[in-house]
Amino acid sequence: MSHLRQEPTGRDEMTMHQLITAEGIRVADALLDEFVDDVDGEQLRNLYRDMVVIRRIDFESTALQRQGQLALWPPLLGQEASQVGSVRALEDEDFIFPTYRENGVAYCRGAKMADALGVWRGNTNIGWDPYELNMATPQIIIGAQTLHATGYAMGLTLDGKDSMALAYLGDGATSQGDVHESMVFAASFQAPVVFFCQNNHWAISEPVGLQSHVPLAGRAPGYGIPGLQVDGNDVLAVLAATRWAARRARSGGGPSFIEAITYRMGPHTTADDPTRYRGVTELEEWGAKDPITRMHSYLLELGMLDDGAQAAIAAEADAVAADLRLACISLPDPAPQAAFEHVYVDAHPLLEEQRVNYLAYLNSFGEQEKTSVTVQGSPS
Amino acid sequence: MTTLSLTQAINAGLRRALEEDPKVVLLGEDIGTLGGVFRVTDGLMKDFGSHRVIDTPLAESAIIGTAVGLAYRGYRPVCEIQFDGFIYPGFDQIVSQVAKMHVRTQGAVRMPLTIRVPFGGGIGSPEHHSESPEAYFVHTSGLRVISPSNPQDAYTMLRQAIACDDPVLYFEPKRRYHAKGEVEVDAPLVQALPMGASRIVAAGTDVSLVSYGPLVKTALDAAIAATADGVSIEVIDLRSLSPIDYAPLVASVRRTGRLVITHEAGRTLGLGAEIAAVITERCFNYLESAPVRVTGFDIPYPPSKLEKHHLPDLDRILDGVDRALGRPNSHTGMDDWA
Repeated sequence: MSHLRQEPTGRDEMTMHQLITAEGIRVADALLDEFVDDVDGEQLRNLYRDMVVIRRIDFESTALQRQGQLALWPPLLGQEASQVGSVRALEDEDFIFPTYRENGVAYCRGAKMADALGVWRGNTNIGWDPYELNMATPQIIIGAQTLHATGYAMGLTLDGKDSMALAYLGDGATSQGDVHESMVFAASFQAPVVFFCQNNHWAISEPVGLQSHVPLAGRAPGYGIPGLQVDGNDVLAVLAATRWAARRARSGGGPSFIEAITYRMGPHTTADDPTRYRGVTELEEWGAKDPITRMHSYLLELGMLDDGAQAAIAAEADAVAADLRLACISLPDPAPQAAFEHVYVDAHPLLEEQRVNYLAYLNSFGEQEKTSVTVQGSPS
Repeated sequence: MTTLSLTQAINAGLRRALEEDPKVVLLGEDIGTLGGVFRVTDGLMKDFGSHRVIDTPLAESAIIGTAVGLAYRGYRPVCEIQFDGFIYPGFDQIVSQVAKMHVRTQGAVRMPLTIRVPFGGGIGSPEHHSESPEAYFVHTSGLRVISPSNPQDAYTMLRQAIACDDPVLYFEPKRRYHAKGEVEVDAPLVQALPMGASRIVAAGTDVSLVSYGPLVKTALDAAIAATADGVSIEVIDLRSLSPIDYAPLVASVRRTGRLVITHEAGRTLGLGAEIAAVITERCFNYLESAPVRVTGFDIPYPPSKLEKHHLPDLDRILDGVDRALGRPNSHTGMDDWA
């Protein structure tokens, strides 16, 4: 089976679109240039700022997990450009269906990040109101959200709206039946949906070559959906590519598939150990293509990032992280009855009976007994 | 009152829902141009358009999964799964997404889906066309599961299901599709028996016989036949499988002291197991004998030439009633445990 682990064949049949090289040099791209004509130096610096802040949030969250404040954390380190570039291409009314790793997207959409961390602390399964952010809750079942995005987009068509839905997915998800069924439905109904695939090269320990023998974006044309490969560590190119897909969606052009080539610089989650599977040179190789470093170089070249601006961005990132830490460790534990809430909209007599009985059971303990139960259950 | 077959009653219920609520959309395979393989959706695409009665590609996970997205968008999708045995490709979307979305979002996102599933055997079909998968969904928190046994309930309970803000699995007893009955189509929904309520459909004094969907008719026939032997059977139509409305069952068993449950689905962890457990808990001191289950066997649904052996029929139900009365006619295996 070793042949499955080769790099995907046919890669050279696709062009990876790029606007800023790993060295921070702006290059022309015949397809993408027109989509970022309006992006001025200040907007570029804002994209840079977003990336710096979400990397800082990501580091802080990993630290909070290591300190026992979070049960788990899925780092996005290395994928900042893919997340920022894509979400910043959207309008507020466009609806996002993310995976568990799109915490940078959530930040850009205005999520209160401490609430988002509540999911990873084990307090709740929701970090924001989906209708407040126009962003669904993080999906853990791989690929399931692509169908939700497609259905939502079908609803937009029924409503006569010119907005769109965007589904995030990873390279591993492209093996899931739901993703293929999504592309079938999206094509059949010409739904205004964008499939934004972050190919970060690893699905936990499985390399992308195990998922596909062709470029992931190369699969989409088989469904009648244009596929575009973009440098996922180039925030400007990702912004342009997503605008390209969004314009298609909003103008009745139907679905698009974007493969953003990036790299997961961290573990799958804080419970993972990538040293067991990652090649020894990979971090160095991808470190040289870092999305923040290249933008930093480009902004310096443009004269858009003097010492004062850099210091201000760093200070902002630190302040966000400090606030996040304080808010996270202050999150109260949920009350026992929360486990029973919202399972159904309408009354459910059997569940209500279980709830009432369990609370009566809890109340049957006096304060002293409660304490002794806790002590017995704690590690000695 | 109008005389309608069960399929016509469902069709009328769908038509009414489409008329009353512009957010109701139908999704499924062959439901549009063809009108459904059982003609349940006959004429609806013509009258409401292909944007509301949507013929989908053949992918059950996508039928459910896109309905989740439509519900996110404020729609009230009614999905048709063509046959019981075809629901499994959509199982993950039902169990992991439809059932959990409301609790996952702490009430922010509702999933008012109705998933219609023709189910059960007795029509001489090939494999995968005669199954009774309802217990999987009864076991799944966040779903409601109902099954009508007659045209009036089919009409009313479908409308209630579509109006319900929780996701509802609506199991249609396909071998009763052509059974006719009087249906009151204009009675206000608010005055109808709630879809979660069970109902005594034949009064009796000796044995409580519980069923749902396709076997309610068989149970009623058994009750009539038993009168020849001087046995009075009370028949209870569950109607709602999740949650089960136990009050009428408990009251009945406290009167009769004997319980028989019958369904087509296999025995192990079927509805009968749960009902026997709950009735034993709540009626222990009233029971004159152990609850009896008359069910399909724990086998994959057999080829159609064998289905008459698998499906509980009138005689097997009466055999179960006799066991509950303490006068077994056949080997039960119960004595082997001694």
